[in-house]
Amino acid sequence: MHHHGCPPTFVLVAGLSLSLSPFAAGGVHAEEPTTPVKIGFVTFLTGPAAAPFGIPDHNAAELLVDNLNAGKVPAPYNQIGLGGAKIDAKFVDEAGSAADVVTQFRNLVERDHVDVVVGYVSSGSCLAVTPVAEELKQLTLLDICGTTRIFEEKPRHYVFRVNPHATMDNVAAAKYVLDRIKDISVYSGINQNYAWGQDSWRDFRLAMKGLDPKATVDKELFPKFFAGEYGAEISTLLTSSAQFIHSSFYDGDLEAFIYQAGARGLPQRIPLVLTTGESSLWRLGSKLPDGAIIGARGPHTFFAHDGELNTWFHKAYVDRFNEQPIYPAYDLAQSLLGLKTAWEKAQAKKGGRPATEDVIAAFEGISFKTPSTTVQMALGNGHQGISDTAVGTYKFNRAENKPEIVDIVRYPAQCVNPPADVDSVPWLEGGMKGAKCD
Amino acid sequence: MLTAFAILTDGLVYAAYLFLVAVGLTLIFGVMRILNVAHGSFYAFGAYGAAIAVGMYFDRGLPVAGGFLLMVIVAMAIGLVLGLVLERGLLRLVYGKDEIVVVLVTYAAFLILEDVIRLIWGPSSYALYQPLGAAGTVDVGALVLSGYDIGLVVLAAVLAIGASFALKHTRWGRLLTVVIFDRELAAAFGINVTLVYTITFVIGAMLGALGGAVMAPKIAVTLGIGVEVIVLAFAVVAIGGMGSVGGAFIGALLVGESRAAAVHLVPQVELFVIYAVMALVLVFRPQGLFTRAQPRKI
Repeated sequence: MHHHGCPPTFVLVAGLSLSLSPFAAGGVHAEEPTTPVKIGFVTFLTGPAAAPFGIPDHNAAELLVDNLNAGKVPAPYNQIGLGGAKIDAKFVDEAGSAADVVTQFRNLVERDHVDVVVGYVSSGSCLAVTPVAEELKQLTLLDICGTTRIFEEKPRHYVFRVNPHATMDNVAAAKYVLDRIKDISVYSGINQNYAWGQDSWRDFRLAMKGLDPKATVDKELFPKFFAGEYGAEISTLLTSSAQFIHSSFYDGDLEAFIYQAGARGLPQRIPLVLTTGESSLWRLGSKLPDGAIIGARGPHTFFAHDGELNTWFHKAYVDRFNEQPIYPAYDLAQSLLGLKTAWEKAQAKKGGRPATEDVIAAFEGISFKTPSTTVQMALGNGHQGISDTAVGTYKFNRAENKPEIVDIVRYPAQCVNPPADVDSVPWLEGGMKGAKCD
Repeated sequence: MLTAFAILTDGLVYAAYLFLVAVGLTLIFGVMRILNVAHGSFYAFGAYGAAIAVGMYFDRGLPVAGGFLLMVIVAMAIGLVLGLVLERGLLRLVYGKDEIVVVLVTYAAFLILEDVIRLIWGPSSYALYQPLGAAGTVDVGALVLSGYDIGLVVLAAVLAIGASFALKHTRWGRLLTVVIFDRELAAAFGINVTLVYTITFVIGAMLGALGGAVMAPKIAVTLGIGVEVIVLAFAVVAIGGMGSVGGAFIGALLVGESRAAAVHLVPQVELFVIYAVMALVLVFRPQGLFTRAQPRKI
């Protein structure tokens, strides 16, 4: 016989207790120190940005999570997982509108109760989730996106970004191109029409103005993100008087542009400055003409400093995925190792499993080694990382059928990043005062 | 002067691309009164098929002309199969139902086909760059025109003339025109309207796939290209008038030249100029530029 009616009192009390428990908040747990740390990784698993960005990002996450959990990453990262707690990774596709991205973020926090969110390739995604992360009090590490606006619009408490922003890329590119091409008077740009492309062009233009005031802009083009077809843009650039062309294009857009422009002789006539060009070199191969100026958004891959950590990471990546790691993979590695450093620092200070606030306090302002370089969380009240960087010139090695970068020039972190108390635009407009380039 | 010439040529190339994509869509709507959202999938399948098959062909160093012919053959085959599957398998079940229902069914088909693309070809993007190089270039001062782009314009022109001729001067074209005007009357006169629907849909699918195949060398073939193109195709069809091949041609020219002018002269407006043209036309001609007179039914 079934009884219907009000549930027993103890069930009500248990339900009330659960709803008021710390599990309801974002990332604050009363678990054992070795309870797995749930990390939501968000990147492009589909769409034009998947192959050149999302997949390498995802691969690096898988590689590092597995090796961290096994304690196989070289020192100082050889402790299992994060402070002895293994990482439980959940992967989410970043593809979709900003609204979709935010919905997925909320699902990770409110449905899946992750401890940390690591990810986002697109600056549009980063700008969309940052206020939501603050609202939900969710510890979030922005991974690849490069817009300067994240920490310059307002201070953040729960959001961090280990990888430097677009200002570094474009200041270094401006310095390099002015050393390589003499007597520059005119240049043009083609950048994707959204936060990343607009910020990149703005920073490059301001850096050029500070370094070479007589150089002027001829054409500044902003085709739609993922436009894919650039016939009119290529004609415009062919008929411009530019001595070089700046572009922060990435993913399928960069490749489509190079194929189309190459077929019409544009890169052969006017040198290209590609601040994210490294990400497509292995796919473009000989299709990218020699002489293009290439950045990797940091000293990654061809530009990485020698060291045990880089040797291990590079070999482990190639052995597992049978392809070369490109800078998005290094970006993910930097983010995850930064999180591990902060987590274990917090744990060492207080003992037990650190709470979100403890990790945040430990993360602010730290410095740590990565496969490429050393990162310092120096900007945005200790929430935004800086590092040195490097720029070089592309050369395809036809004998060995592989891309190479030659004439590499390195720039110290304090040379190409604004000081801690100055936003990027005022710093650039002021002629980059305080830059230490020696 | 060179800039004006560049605007003209770039506009023609973009117009050719838009026409190739939109002509199948407007044909299907004109005959069947179906706004086929899955048209973007025909385009995407055509592009993927060409990128794989034609890419492999050129990598083997086979004769160039054969590569271009293969592009057309692959597109026709893909369009035939997809068109038949969709029309016979799905659409015939919703003929006569509310137009919104039919649009939703085609939208569902589009979403399903997007996932099918991902299942078959994965998330990677594909590049079919060989035809661009093989077609050579033509120098006009500082401007370098791609031989492939010139071929695209010629193809679109031939298609436009061919479609117009077929509709006006062939028996099958006249049958299609009767069905466009009044399907009930056409059925009353003994025309097999169901067969006309099937053949029209398949032709529309083939044209959509052909659009994708010939555009594959000019874009990064990747997930999502169907979405981008269907929005553009709708804009062109709305400007030209639903169901009008001539309208699609003029609409494509208007949009192509406007966009090219924007890119060269005022790049800041390039993103929305297509929709600005559409809005302007629809304000004065809500039915589009070239619409057929609708007979009054008593």
